[in-house]
Amino acid sequence: MTDIVLNIRDQFPILHQKVHGHPLIYFDNAATSQKPLKVINAISEYYLQGNSNIHRGAHYLSNQATEKYEKSREAVRRLINAESTEEIILTKGTTESINLVASCLSQFLFQPGDEILISGLEHHANIVPWQIAVEQKGALIKVIPILDSGELDLVAFKNLLSPKTKLLALSHISNALGTINPVEEMIALAKEKGALVLIDGAQSAPHMLVDVQALDCDFFCFSAHKIYGPTGIGVLYGKKAQLEKMPPYQSGGEMIKEVTFKGTTFNDLPYKFEAGTPNIAGGIGLLAAIEFMEEVGIDHIARREAELLAYATKKLKELEGIQFVGEAKEKAAVISFLVDGIHPSDLGSVLDKLGIAVRTGHHCAQPIMDRFEIPGTVRASFAVYNTENEIDMFIEGIEKVKKMFG
Amino acid sequence: MSIKEIQEEIIEEFAMFDDWMQKYDYLIELSKDIPLISEEYRLNQNLIKGCQSKVWLHSTAIDGKVIYTADSDAIITKGIAALLIRVLSEQKAKDILENEMYFIDAIGLKEHLSMTRSNGLVSMIKQMKFYALAFQAK
Ligand SMILES: Cc1ncc(COP(=O)(O)O)c(C=O)c1O
Repeated sequence: MTDIVLNIRDQFPILHQKVHGHPLIYFDNAATSQKPLKVINAISEYYLQGNSNIHRGAHYLSNQATEKYEKSREAVRRLINAESTEEIILTKGTTESINLVASCLSQFLFQPGDEILISGLEHHANIVPWQIAVEQKGALIKVIPILDSGELDLVAFKNLLSPKTKLLALSHISNALGTINPVEEMIALAKEKGALVLIDGAQSAPHMLVDVQALDCDFFCFSAHKIYGPTGIGVLYGKKAQLEKMPPYQSGGEMIKEVTFKGTTFNDLPYKFEAGTPNIAGGIGLLAAIEFMEEVGIDHIARREAELLAYATKKLKELEGIQFVGEAKEKAAVISFLVDGIHPSDLGSVLDKLGIAVRTGHHCAQPIMDRFEIPGTVRASFAVYNTENEIDMFIEGIEKVKKMFG
Repeated sequence: MSIKEIQEEIIEEFAMFDDWMQKYDYLIELSKDIPLISEEYRLNQNLIKGCQSKVWLHSTAIDGKVIYTADSDAIITKGIAALLIRVLSEQKAKDILENEMYFIDAIGLKEHLSMTRSNGLVSMIKQMKFYALAFQAK
């Protein structure tokens, strides 16, 4: 292991443990990444020394906490290159971000006969909120089909786009297959038809530089827990012009300017969409997570993950009877596969006993499994702290399973 | 044998194994001898919901006793299903409803019981008890 890899691993105490008597090998990073000490310490320091409610600052602690929380918003802005912090809404996570947009847009944008375009690669979080939104408005959902390679069918996409398309809701990277979608091109095409575009960046924010201004999407969502941060906090980026048009989502404290029993005026952006006491510790953890990514370097993270993906793909190809599900040319560090004659759940159970954490099943993307007519897959997903040595052990594990069930 | 006696017998069998590999190998063996559901009942309506792997379960009542047959597309699940059938099949509905399935924990397969989104062993036990309840009500 090189020094930099060792250094990074040192910052993740959780990795240095045994599971079922074996050193833990954590390959379930697409579900959630582990947290570096920097994040853990930031959260515990907040509760040890800094806890206070924010934005009502008549005293020292409150001012400190507010400053940190707002610093987190600025860090998010920097991470995705948004124009201003007014465009950064802090939510519970990707799921809430998408629900917020779906719920607010359904109140004024969607009319009967309108179409929302999603892709066949979406996580349930980017399917179900739209189903509910269209149901209320008599609009329709159209689905961009997937090719055998796990890539989206762009010809079909172009044919599906029409003036009726009000919104394109698309994942940047598929969590189930790792496909990196050509979002720039797709956003531009959707804009030509006058559609709004929401990008589900849950899987891209952890692995690549994202520039929302260059992408020109209207909304971009991700979760802190997949970018080395805590659970329970995430981001909705929205273009200011769109956010201003949208009605509030939830209501209560923080999101108001003036309240009388006659009526209420709503707060300015971004607070209009942040009702109630927010997840302050989460925000502070998110700040630390972004600082961690910047210190390691997002380009370094991307490079390391590409190396791990290439190595694992090569090693798996050397085994017999491996069926890759999703072999897109542009792929993130996610490998979804099946072993001939072995059920994913059997493979997962045995790997677990060997201390190897992978995900098995449909990965919250059942339509993809139906598309490929499979019950599910085994998914190994890598992060910057994983190593080639761990991949070797993983391959050994698969060989062991093949012997047991062969 | 009573449900309790069979559970004790299984616990004793598993006590011979030192590690999980041997346990899994034994489950793989057991899976081969499962009282197999007949083809006519291998239907979607007999699938147990909540299992990551497919589990088909069927039951009949003969002389006041419930007879179970099952199948699964995953081997470990099938092995565990075979154990459940060994414990519960050919027992009286009342006994099936009254007895806890404590052997799964005792033989160290508790993680297969865990209430995760993907694991349906709990659903399988529930369904077996549900059938027993239905027969009892008749
Ligand atoms: C592509 C994608 N979208 C949405 C989500 C939902 O994220 P969260 O559960 O953090 O809200 C996930 C997480 O699994 C994901 O991978």
